[in-house]
Amino acid sequence: MVKVILGGEAEVRIHKDTVEKIRIRKRYRISELDEVLRKKRTVTEAKIISSARRSGVPTPVILDVENFTITMERIDGQPVRDAINPDVAEEIGKSVAKLHSAGIVHGDLTPMNMILKDGRVYFIDFGLAYHDDRIEAKGVDIHVFYEALKADFDNWAELWQGFLEGYSEYEKYGQVLERFREIEMRGRYIDKSDANFE
Amino acid sequence: MISLGIESTAWNFSIGVVSEDEIIALEGNAYSPKEGGIHPREAAQHHSEIAGDVLKRVFEKVSSSEIDVVSFSQGPGMGPCLRIGATVARAIALKLGKPLVGVNHCLAHVEIGKWLTNAKDPVTLYVSGGNSQIIARRGDRYRVFGETLDIGIGNAIDKFARHIGLPHPGGPGIERLAQKGKRYVEMPYVVKGMDFSFSGIVTHAMRLCDEGYRTEDIAFSFQETAFAMLVEVTERAMAYLERDECLLVGGVGANKRLKEMLETMCKERDAEFYAPPAEYMGDNGAMIAYTGLLMAEHGITMETQDSQVRPDFRIEEVRISW
Repeated sequence: MVKVILGGEAEVRIHKDTVEKIRIRKRYRISELDEVLRKKRTVTEAKIISSARRSGVPTPVILDVENFTITMERIDGQPVRDAINPDVAEEIGKSVAKLHSAGIVHGDLTPMNMILKDGRVYFIDFGLAYHDDRIEAKGVDIHVFYEALKADFDNWAELWQGFLEGYSEYEKYGQVLERFREIEMRGRYIDKSDANFE
Repeated sequence: MISLGIESTAWNFSIGVVSEDEIIALEGNAYSPKEGGIHPREAAQHHSEIAGDVLKRVFEKVSSSEIDVVSFSQGPGMGPCLRIGATVARAIALKLGKPLVGVNHCLAHVEIGKWLTNAKDPVTLYVSGGNSQIIARRGDRYRVFGETLDIGIGNAIDKFARHIGLPHPGGPGIERLAQKGKRYVEMPYVVKGMDFSFSGIVTHAMRLCDEGYRTEDIAFSFQETAFAMLVEVTERAMAYLERDECLLVGGVGANKRLKEMLETMCKERDAEFYAPPAEYMGDNGAMIAYTGLLMAEHGITMETQDSQVRPDFRIEEVRISW
């Protein structure tokens, strides 16, 4: 039995031992652009998965890359969303530190994109990842994770603490955290009651 | 309740009057630069010269005694332009003895779009000269889920248009050229996370034209690439927020190809696509009047001394109580 998940950008087919990620055609863009983008992104994602793996982050092994399809090893574990605790969050933080050291911005850090297997947290989706060494991009990256924790878990504060403990292994931890706080204060993420018209 | 609204964020000086049910009047006078782009001081000079006449035309359609609230665009925008609108608004409010409301310009685009299309809880793509944002409401705020890292799409188009000798605003000219384009030439496609950038594509397009590529093909490739970036992030926001409505607002929304691309995207994901009539898509006084009316109905008005303009005013700063 093949399980098919339709994401925003790709169709994910889960087989017994392997997973196929197929980037689907978007009809709103002309086919010349569509094919270039899908091919490029397929190759980029495969490359980023490999370089994330080399930097020490658990990821599926890439088995094949062809046109718009990446075939990878299936990680048969537990969704991190159902298994997260402060220790797991610390593991995530350590891995994000490694990604950022390698100049990789994940772009979609949420527990939905991670699987826990044998005590290791596998990052399974690099569909929005890109190379970027700016502090700003990394600040936004961990901010996405922060927002995801806050939106989904009652004990988000201790999970975030756990994450930061792991992430503090990154040499630019201080700079990124400072930028993270700035991003949090900025209008675009304002949450609290400092509005104008009250 | 009847609200008068003044828009003077950038190129257009426009006054609208609305009630809960309809747009009663809309009069304006747009500034167009003789050459180059919009110069803030010249635009402000233009606005101050024609403001009296525009106001007179409005009061020929509606009696000043009917006005219950005076709204103005408080920002974001060009300081000198904003100040003209604010000054006129303060004068009318004091003269009529009616409350004053400062309105966020971006919020006004979204609110009039929802009002005129009956969209309920859409992801909004707001595209104009200076702004390119993907906006959606979450709780009691609108939030920006993606936006340009450098210039707005409208300014990007204008800059390219100027380079190949088209008049300001460049949108209509580029759109006409693009319709004659046949061959797609690859352009920098820059989406980083949920944000995008247009400065690279402008430089690239200008260089290719200098090198002798057909301007029709470059205009075509420019539009296809830049719009695909906007549609991609809009779609991603819809998927993430699980929304099935998409609303297009802002002056660049007049572009037929952009509309068509969003329509196709929505159809493929079984979502509804909405766009208000063209005259309410770009900057206009009716959107300020309508949003001011919503605010006044919810008790949000301000004193003259608190009504200074805010060139960097962000949509997230406004708490939405309606």
